[in-house]
Order: sequence, then structure tokens, then C-alpha cells
Amino acid sequence: MPNVISCLLPGVDFDRAVEGLLGEADRVAKQLGLRHVAVTCSSSDVIQQYAASHSDRVVSVQSHDDLDYQPESCLAMLDAACAALEPRVVLLGQDTYSQELAPRLGYRLGGSSIGDAQQIDADGDRIRVHRSVYGGKATAVVQANVEPVVIWLRARAFSPEPERPNAAPVETEHFDLDGSGNANFQATQIVQRQHESAAGVRLEDAQAIVSGGRGLGGPEPFDELRKLAAVIGAELGASRAACDSGWVAPGLQVGQTGKKVAPELYLAVGISGASQHLMGIADAKVVAAINTDAEAPIFRHCQFGLVDDYRNVIGPLTERLVDLKSTSNE
Amino acid sequence: MNLLVCLKQILDPEVPIRDFRIDAEKLEAEQGSANLVTNIFCENALETALQLRDRCDGEITALCFGPEPAEEVLRKALALKVDHAYLVENPGISQYGSSGAAMVLAAAIEKLPEFDLIVLGREAGDWGEGQTAGLLAERLGMPSVSFVDQIEPIEGGVRLRRQTDFGSEQLTAQLPIVASITNSDTNLPRIPKTRDIMLAHRKPLTTWSLEEIGLDEQSVRAAASATEVISLNAPEKTAACEFVAGDSSDERINDFAERVFKIIESL
Ligand SMILES: Cc1cc2nc3c(=O)[nH]c(=O)nc-3n(C[C@H](O)[C@H](O)[C@H](O)COP(=O)(O)OP(=O)(O)OC[C@H]3O[C@@H](n4cnc5c(N)ncnc54)[C@H](O)[C@@H]3O)c2cc1C
Repeated sequence: MPNVISCLLPGVDFDRAVEGLLGEADRVAKQLGLRHVAVTCSSSDVIQQYAASHSDRVVSVQSHDDLDYQPESCLAMLDAACAALEPRVVLLGQDTYSQELAPRLGYRLGGSSIGDAQQIDADGDRIRVHRSVYGGKATAVVQANVEPVVIWLRARAFSPEPERPNAAPVETEHFDLDGSGNANFQATQIVQRQHESAAGVRLEDAQAIVSGGRGLGGPEPFDELRKLAAVIGAELGASRAACDSGWVAPGLQVGQTGKKVAPELYLAVGISGASQHLMGIADAKVVAAINTDAEAPIFRHCQFGLVDDYRNVIGPLTERLVDLKSTSNE
Repeated sequence: MNLLVCLKQILDPEVPIRDFRIDAEKLEAEQGSANLVTNIFCENALETALQLRDRCDGEITALCFGPEPAEEVLRKALALKVDHAYLVENPGISQYGSSGAAMVLAAAIEKLPEFDLIVLGREAGDWGEGQTAGLLAERLGMPSVSFVDQIEPIEGGVRLRRQTDFGSEQLTAQLPIVASITNSDTNLPRIPKTRDIMLAHRKPLTTWSLEEIGLDEQSVRAAASATEVISLNAPEKTAACEFVAGDSSDERINDFAERVFKIIESL
């Protein structure tokens, strides 16, 4: 009998995205009347345990070297593990590695692939996926006409399922990659990993974000934004235009092709509100904006706004917030 | 080093939301008054290739699968001094379904001299599938790496930097390889000079039909329809923005600060 498979890749931290991935695989399996097998390439015990209490079966994939992600070997292992399970649907997360491998895995399994799913309908003959297109200006329903279909899920778009009373059996499969004779294994090697902002909260998890755009005109005003952010305990974000200009690190980019965030407060300063940027803040509770242009699209997508030059605002606003904080602490 | 860059033409992705309309029959965006442009990530890919060519001897070939007007993206690439340009004409096959595009690109690549490095944009600003690079690599039997923003030549191959969830990674790679390119401050697309744009129109550009690269429309349609758009909606989501009140700038900033504080206080 075919299976619904969830894949957890190396280097992924346990978070809402992992819970949502296993939850959705469970729901899809139920709708299709199939079993849910979790294929884990993760060395995280938390993830292993969570997978075992949220699936029918866990296949823990290991190679003789440690579980450091390398594109070609990880793909080969996933392909072998999934192919042996007669997959109908294979679900992956939004992390870099899952996005990188999803289309290739779909191809190797002789199926199709769809990315950035926000909803999956598995109640008809065919699997259908809802996803944003045209930079967030439209939503498409995409049907997989060829199966198995490999789908990567947008983080946070899917909710967890309750834990099962009995943990699923965990089988470990060892792959001897050197023995396979595939020349491509050694063709690429990740030789160094650089962690940015290891100290701060991940943008994706931040409760408040102060974000700057092209309107700031240079790197220096971002120091002002950092001060403001520090006062209200917010993280710093940016638009693509600001990142492309080299004013801040690329990891701060929020949007369709940057971080998708869900803070209680997102404060956009000098950001016009292009649809691709808005796509990254769709889950923000409150969006507020400061912009010189009252017609800027951001004002059609925020709860409160101030039409003014950031130069007149950021300093006094920061001071005012310091005051408010100190009076409330008294 | 022999470099290939794949370029896609799309509807200007920066058309404002209020001007965006859907063609309900074709299940795609209406062009309206919007321009056709080179997908921005393809421009980042081209820039990455141009910088690499500056550092090692080699040639750049630009390849595009698209309808006739897509010749424009190749002309622009020629203005930026790519060495060769090829257009495979799309007879009207849906742009959705990267597997169709990957099939066509792979067939065209097999007709050309061997490439050491193939770069593509990480995704296109229209359908945003982000799948073509991976699918192309599979069809060509090459390894691939995604979200690359820098490539430099090293002994026996290239060193790649790519962006990840947590920061960045450095990879070493033997050639040939496929890389999907993302944006950074190091690969901002250069602007062609007016003179070079004029000259580009006189440079050779090869146009191939699907048949000329050994394919036929039916098989490409079949590949493309592995995934199919069955509905498309553009609901306008707008929030009612309240502009903060006050006669003076001070009053407005106070009001703004209080609203911000109310949210922060509850966290
Ligand atoms: C495929 C694709 C993916 C993309 N992905 C992303 C993404 O992930 N994230 C992203 O952000 N963008 C993305 N973009 C780019 C996006 O379309 C916009 O180009 C970008 O968001 C614009 O950034 P911005 O708002 O900072 O700049 P602009 O649009 O130039 O806006 C600057 C704003 O600053 C205001 N301003 C100017 N001076 C001042 C001042 N003194 N005080 C206050 N305000 C001022 C202006 O009124 C204007 O509204 C993507 C585009 C494509 C095609």
C-alpha cells in the first residue's frame, strides 16, 4: 500500500514548522486512507521523538559519516528511503535544504513537485495545493497530475496534530554511500557554515520587528532603527532594496524570497509595501508604517501609520518610548 | 570556463496590486499596460556569470525558452556582452510547470558545446516555483546547489557562497554544476550602456523551434502538465490604515508611540 511521507532534513531545528509538517502529513494520510511514515535524517532527539509520537512509523536514515547535510548524498538517501516506501505524497519543510532538494526528489521518484504550499486538499482524486503566485498578488490552486508529488510546506501555514497515545516504531536504515559508485557524491562539499545573529532571536520567531527600506537612503539610519528596536525589544528587518544596497545583511530580508515573519508588531520604515514584501508579513498581527508618501501601498496594508520623514520621527519616537517604558515601570 | 545562463521573461512583477488583473480563462495574469522584463533573479544570475568571466577566461551563452518577444531579454544580455544567445521559441505552452521548461532547456543544452557551469535564477517573479534549476540538474545528471550569491574560480572547480536559513555556507564544487542564484549586494545587475544596447541588435541570435532541438510540442506540454493551475484568484486584501492624529508633528509622534507601546507592553 502506498504511503504519505514526511521528511525531516539534517540541520533543521525543532519548531512550529516541524510540528506543522508532521501534523499535515497526518491529516493528508487520514484523508487518503493511507499510513504516515516519517523519514528522518535528523540527529535531533527531540525531532526523532516528536516524529515517533506523530506518525505511524519512523524510518531514521543514517549514513556511516555523521548527519551533516550535503546536497548530493542527502538527496540519494532520501530518494532510496522514499522509493522503498511507495510514496504517494512526500512532504518537506521550508528550510533551505528542503527547498533545494524537493524538485530533485520529485524527479528521481518519477513524480512531480510543488513548492510553498499553504494548504493541501487531499479529498479528491488528485492532490491539490494552494499557493501564492505573482509575488503574492494572487493565489493559485495547483493540481499534481503525476504522482508521487513532493511538496514543501510554508512554515507556520500548517497546524500541529495532537500526540498519539502510542509511539510509532523507529527503524534505522544505514546507507553506504561510498559503495554506490555515484560520482556526484563528492562533486559538491559544504566546507563552512556561518551563523549570523546567533545571539538574537530568529526573525521568524520575533514578537516585534522594526524594518527599514530604501527610504532610509543608506546604512547609517539603520543604526537609529537598531536603537529604536532595542528600546522596544524588537529585532531588525529590512526590505530587499535595503539588503541589495548592502546596508544590512541579506539574512534580514523580509518577504517572498526572504524571511516570512509573524510578529505581534511589524513597524515598516521607508518601505513602500511591494506585494513581495507584504508576502513576508502576511502573518503579522499589527503592521504600522512610517513613510513620506501617503499613497504608498504599505498604508493599505497596515493598521496605523504616520506620514512623515523618518528623519523627523525616529529620534523623538525612540525617546518617547523610553519615557513610556520608564513611567510604566514606576 | 564555459558558462551558461538561463533567462526568463516575465510580466513586470512590480506592477502595483491595484493594477493587477487575472485572465480567468487563461488562468494567468493579464498583461494590461505592464511591461515584459527579465526576471530579476535571472539578472542576478547573469551578473554572477559576468563577474566570473571577468576572473577567468571563458564565454557566456544565454539561453531562453519563451515566446517571440522574449528575444528582448537575450538582446539585453547581448548588450551586457554575453558571447552567444539562443532562444527556443515557446509555441504557447503554459509558463506554469517548470518541468516543461527544464525539459526544453536540457534539450537545448545538449545541442550546445559542454558547459562547466549553468546558472539560473532561484525563482521567477510570476509563478515563483523555484524548481527549474533542480529539475534541469536532474535531467542533465549534474549536481546542483541553490540560493548561491557568489561564485569564484578555484583549482579544479569553483567555490560557492550560498544563503541559508541561519546565515551562509561555503561550498567547493567540481564542474560541471548547476547553481540557482539569489540576490545580494554582490550581484546587483549592471545596466547596459545605450551604445551597447544599439549594437546588441546587430549581434547574432539563434532562434530554435522545439523540433530543432529534438522535441515536439506535445511532449513538452505533457511534461509541463505534471502540475497544472486549476484556479487563480486575486482577492484584494486591504486593511484600513488609521493615520495618527494631531496638529503638530510632536502630537502625531506621541500618538504613534502610545500605540506602539500598547502592543509592546502586552508582549
Ligand atoms: C521575485 C521577486 C521577489 C522579491 N522578493 C522580495 C522580498 O523577499 N522582500 C522584499 O522586500 N522585496 C522583494 N522584492 C522586491 C520588491 O518588489 C520591491 O522592489 C522592494 O520590496 C522595494 O523595497 P522598498 O520598499 O525598501 O523600496 P521602495 O519601493 O523604493 O520604497 C521606498 C519607500 O520609502 C519611502 N521614503 C522615501 N524617503 C523617505 C523618508 N525620508 N522617510 C520615510 N519614507 C521615505 C518612499 O515613499 C517609498 O515608499 C522581490 C521582487 C521580485 C521580483
